Amino acid sequence: MSTANQASAVIQQRWPRIGNRSKRVLPGFGLSLGISLLFISLILMLPLTGLVMEVSAMSFDQFWFVITDPRVVASYKVTALAALSASLFNGVFGLLLAWVLVRYEFPGKRLIDAVVDLPFALPTAVAGIVLATLFAENGWYGQWLSKLGIEVAFTPVGIVVAMAFTSLPFVVRTVQPVLEELAPEDEEAAVSLGASDALVFRRVIFPALWPALLTGVALSFTRSLGEFGAVIFIAGNMPYVSEVTSLMIFVRLQEYDYAAASAIASVVLLVSLVMLFAITLWQARYLKRIEGR
Amino acid sequence: MTITVDGINKRFGQFQALNNVSLNIPEGKLTALLGPSGSGKTTLLRIIAGLESADSGRVAFSGKDVTKLHVRDRNIGFVFQHYALFRHMTVAQNIAFGLESLPRKQRPPKAEIQKRVSELLDMIQLPHLAQRFPAQLSGGQKQRVALARSIATRPKILLLDEPFGALDAKVRKDLRRWLRNLHDEFHFTSIFVTHDQEEALELSDQVVVMSQGNVEQVNEPTELYARPDSRFVFDFLGQVNVLSGEVKHGSLNQGNARVTLPGIQHQGSAQLYLRPHEVRLATGPAEHANLPLRIEAVSLIGSEVRVELRPEGWASEGSDNIWEVGISHAEFNNQRPTRGDLRYAVPEVGHLFTGKDTQPVTVSWAESESLPRVRLIN
Repeated sequence: MSTANQASAVIQQRWPRIGNRSKRVLPGFGLSLGISLLFISLILMLPLTGLVMEVSAMSFDQFWFVITDPRVVASYKVTALAALSASLFNGVFGLLLAWVLVRYEFPGKRLIDAVVDLPFALPTAVAGIVLATLFAENGWYGQWLSKLGIEVAFTPVGIVVAMAFTSLPFVVRTVQPVLEELAPEDEEAAVSLGASDALVFRRVIFPALWPALLTGVALSFTRSLGEFGAVIFIAGNMPYVSEVTSLMIFVRLQEYDYAAASAIASVVLLVSLVMLFAITLWQARYLKRIEGR
Repeated sequence: MTITVDGINKRFGQFQALNNVSLNIPEGKLTALLGPSGSGKTTLLRIIAGLESADSGRVAFSGKDVTKLHVRDRNIGFVFQHYALFRHMTVAQNIAFGLESLPRKQRPPKAEIQKRVSELLDMIQLPHLAQRFPAQLSGGQKQRVALARSIATRPKILLLDEPFGALDAKVRKDLRRWLRNLHDEFHFTSIFVTHDQEEALELSDQVVVMSQGNVEQVNEPTELYARPDSRFVFDFLGQVNVLSGEVKHGSLNQGNARVTLPGIQHQGSAQLYLRPHEVRLATGPAEHANLPLRIEAVSLIGSEVRVELRPEGWASEGSDNIWEVGISHAEFNNQRPTRGDLRYAVPEVGHLFTGKDTQPVTVSWAESESLPRVRLIN
């Protein structure tokens, strides 16, 4: 008996539902799972392990010293606050956009639907340069905004704009399918029971949407935490005011201080992972309840 | 409340869903809208509810025009085929939704809402499931919760769109009986949509048969079954055996088949419609009818034995070319008909459709046959 067969025999014995023979559509449960695990290891886990290795070379005092450096701490605050603002903005605007794309028919709908993905396709550096030019004091938007006394480019507001731009698709693309699947009967039932439009939205539509919306916002937030290319061109990068954490990592790398760079990176990584895990767990519980699984 | 529908037209693109439909739904009665899919029955129900708007025509409740009134202000209860329960709310929250949606001034206090919800839970016999979520209920339980939800605000009108369509046969039967009792207890004016003729005939006080956006016939179930106005209604309300042929000198002929038609003056083509229970099976031809058939299948399930037969030397109308005759179990035990046996159908009552005239003429042989016999004895 080969090792692969032995392994699948053990799996069958311990978890009879895993890779159940009668339910297989794609052949080779062992092979396909093996390849998937290999790629996850090579592409995701190995680099992360490298990061941890690099960090573990430091003593805890060194590590703590690097990650609590006042300039770095200031960058955490700027990054977190900007990412939060950007993801909340995306939560509202992305929901609206998804709503319009699902609920209404209008000329150019397909075009807008395609344009939503543009931030994913566009190199973030290009986005950063374009945004910086637009919002600069003599740019198309900047010249009008500066008359109102609003400065966007080279301030924390600019960081928010860049982050919102690059992470908008996350919200739209997670909410859109859920909206599409929402049964019109639910709304009709609510209305026939006398509910006002506002109440229908608040008590029927929103509760159905909001796990997806939260996921979208969380993805948008974690993506914004690590945003580099789009941000550095528009941020101005003034220490303590408009430096983001990913820039701090970059600066450490420029100084050939790989350990410090890894230490700061590990903080970002940890925050992102904890958030994603928390949301996945919460969502699984919520969905289990309403889907009775 | 009576419901009046007057001259409703509705078109979806090229498709005329409703064609100048007018109807009167009497107060306190349970009315069925019966028809095949695409007949416009659901569209009509949704227009009455206000979930859909008509292109032209009026809807009135007790004489009051509600055509332009929004669904939320019509004070109707609506039950959907697929329940449309709110998945993220418990059973109790679902039922309370209508009461909680009332404008602040009319909204009862919390304690009263709770009391009403527990009353309704008792009524649907599911008080133990109050804190469950819809996904944890069976189909029948879901539909009962949906019903309780729709009547929580005490509407005068209850509209049900294929309420039992998604349930299996046993549960459907229970729920039907339960709905009938509920209706009798609360005296709603109810309309339910169905494509199941048995359900319509069994449950309702009045049946509206629809086809292709038109109302074909409106009548009480027993009357409707006994006296269908048109071929469509006849066909739609259960199994029917058809002999199509030429009438000459009071006799309908086609191939080997022959049936005399007492009292019929018509000459030319005609169709004789016979229900399975209006036909007897004999081992030889009768005086008034020669309809040889060979037995194809015998089904013993049910209160009657259902025999399927294929015409010998003539053809039945319809694609399957099969006649169906119901005989009693006692008769079955006597005769023991088996597949391949030759039998003769003996019609007792029939319905003759002639030419373009859609109203059938009822033909009865029982009397004309029994009269000579009585004389012989005398």
